[in-house]
Amino acid sequence: MNETTGLEHAAPVLEVRGLNLWYGDFQALIDVSASFRPRTITALIGSSGCGKSTLLRCLNRMNDLIDDVRIEGEILYNGKNIRRRDCSLTVLRKSVGMVFQRPNPFPLSVYENIAFGPRVHRMASGTNLDARVEESLRAVNLWDELKDRLRKSALSLSLEQKQRLCIARLVAVEAEVLLMDEPCSTLDPMATMKVEELMHRLKERYTIVIVTHNMQQAARVSEETGFMLLGELVEFGRTTDIFTRPADKRTEDYITGRFG
Amino acid sequence: MKLPSRRLREFLIEKLIFLSGIASVVFVVLIFIFLLREGVSVLKTTSLGSFLGGHFWYPISTPAKLGILPLILGSLMVTAGAIAIAVPLGIAAAFYIAEVAPKRLRTVLKSCVEVLAAIPSVVLGFLGITVLVPFLKSVFNLPTGLTAFSGSIMLAFMALPTIITISEDAINAVPREYKEGALALGATHWQTLFRVVIHGALPGIIAAAMLGIGRVFGETMAVMMVTGNAAVIPQSLFEPVRTLTATIAAEMGEAAKGSAHYFALFAVGIVLFVISFAINLTADILLNRGKKK
Ligand SMILES: Nc1ncnc2c1ncn2[C@@H]1O[C@H](COP(=O)(O)OP(=O)(O)O)[C@@H](O)[C@H]1O
Ligand SMILES: [Mg+2]
Repeated sequence: MNETTGLEHAAPVLEVRGLNLWYGDFQALIDVSASFRPRTITALIGSSGCGKSTLLRCLNRMNDLIDDVRIEGEILYNGKNIRRRDCSLTVLRKSVGMVFQRPNPFPLSVYENIAFGPRVHRMASGTNLDARVEESLRAVNLWDELKDRLRKSALSLSLEQKQRLCIARLVAVEAEVLLMDEPCSTLDPMATMKVEELMHRLKERYTIVIVTHNMQQAARVSEETGFMLLGELVEFGRTTDIFTRPADKRTEDYITGRFG
Repeated sequence: MKLPSRRLREFLIEKLIFLSGIASVVFVVLIFIFLLREGVSVLKTTSLGSFLGGHFWYPISTPAKLGILPLILGSLMVTAGAIAIAVPLGIAAAFYIAEVAPKRLRTVLKSCVEVLAAIPSVVLGFLGITVLVPFLKSVFNLPTGLTAFSGSIMLAFMALPTIITISEDAINAVPREYKEGALALGATHWQTLFRVVIHGALPGIIAAAMLGIGRVFGETMAVMMVTGNAAVIPQSLFEPVRTLTATIAAEMGEAAKGSAHYFALFAVGIVLFVISFAINLTADILLNRGKKK
């Protein structure tokens, strides 16, 4: 999976430059710069508390929800700085969607969960909406399992189905980027494998950034990897390079299991 | 020597706690038996149908006419009016306090709601008579301001704290993840509230409304002061009505013990008890269903 993609020179979809972030007095990100290529899976690894989720949540500005956050630096989406005042959060988050650690389907039916996004963005209605729901569920291999249960509460699904449903919600709004924050950490190995297969398939259309503290997972699914330590992005590059010939001593220590 | 006395003490404490625990059950049963025993005697003078469905309540004419339909309708009308005012207002206020108001304002508002809950109903009734009743009379150009509508407004004030507090708890109990999920899809704050959060909070909100209804339905004093107390079948909200509670409160002192009137008032009590019980039970069921999810 780590073969050359031919996209090394394509313009990045997302890019951060000199990013610093403070929660109150605590600096959680220190001068982070990275770029995320189109239709590529980028993994962020590092021990717990090193700032992976924080970095991820900068990319669709979910950190705005937290009081007392201060950010410096640039975050570019398709070349435009999303930290500017005139950047619309609703438009940004529609294109840069997020999958959370704990699957969080809404307390609505399966159908309504998918239809929610297209409805709030006025993208489809009536039979169009039905078609879009079907298409989104097919994209995550849920259609056959759920086509007779569209009106059932999404809370009754299995964890893995819930997580796929959450991914399907992003497909339904035609997201371009999928930010995944430890999407498999609540799943068993079988379910994890299925979600990884799904990611591999989704890569053909989406730019994916996945946070994981599971190094094997990063090695399995990603083309590019960033290693973070205590708020710094220590090393960022091709996954094969990071795992076989890390440039930084700290990266080497982490992946050989000497700490973390 | 020490051991047996300690065991005895624990035995006593345990029994004491047990007794306190079942005391409430015993009281409820005793009250109900008493009500039933006194109330059922009304059937000696009138049939169940003409008691519940009779159009006239003339308890001291001869022969006495003991139909409580006007009273039941009076209670229902005042309650329905109060709910129509208090439920939308209360839910909106709860959303405002829980999700919109800035932190400082939120604390102020919450204390205000508590103060509102602490106002004795006589005091509210007093304000009703001196301020609300004349106001309604002149605004709507009515022969009298003592109407079902005045009662509804007074009762809405009494139900509001219950509805606001419990709805707000229900809204706060909605998992953060739902909200984050909706916002992360690009929904606005309002879309998130009214399409997602409200679904999570709905069982609690319905329970809040039911408890509010229960509070209103059994209320006596303020209603008696502002509704005019005419025991006729009400045609509109803007006429005087008499409620079940006000009837008992006003007439119990005068009814001769053992008379048909006296028994009829107990029977009114049973009707009141049954309806209140049904309302509270529904609220309980909804609250529990909400918790299990
Ligand atoms: N809302 C917050 N307020 C204050 N500190 C936070 C908040 N969220 C995260 N942190 C801190 O920032 C650091 C990075 O957190 P996070 O990005 O969640 O790490 P990771 O996802 O790598 O485990 C941690 O030390 C954490 O305690
Ligand atoms: Mg994290």
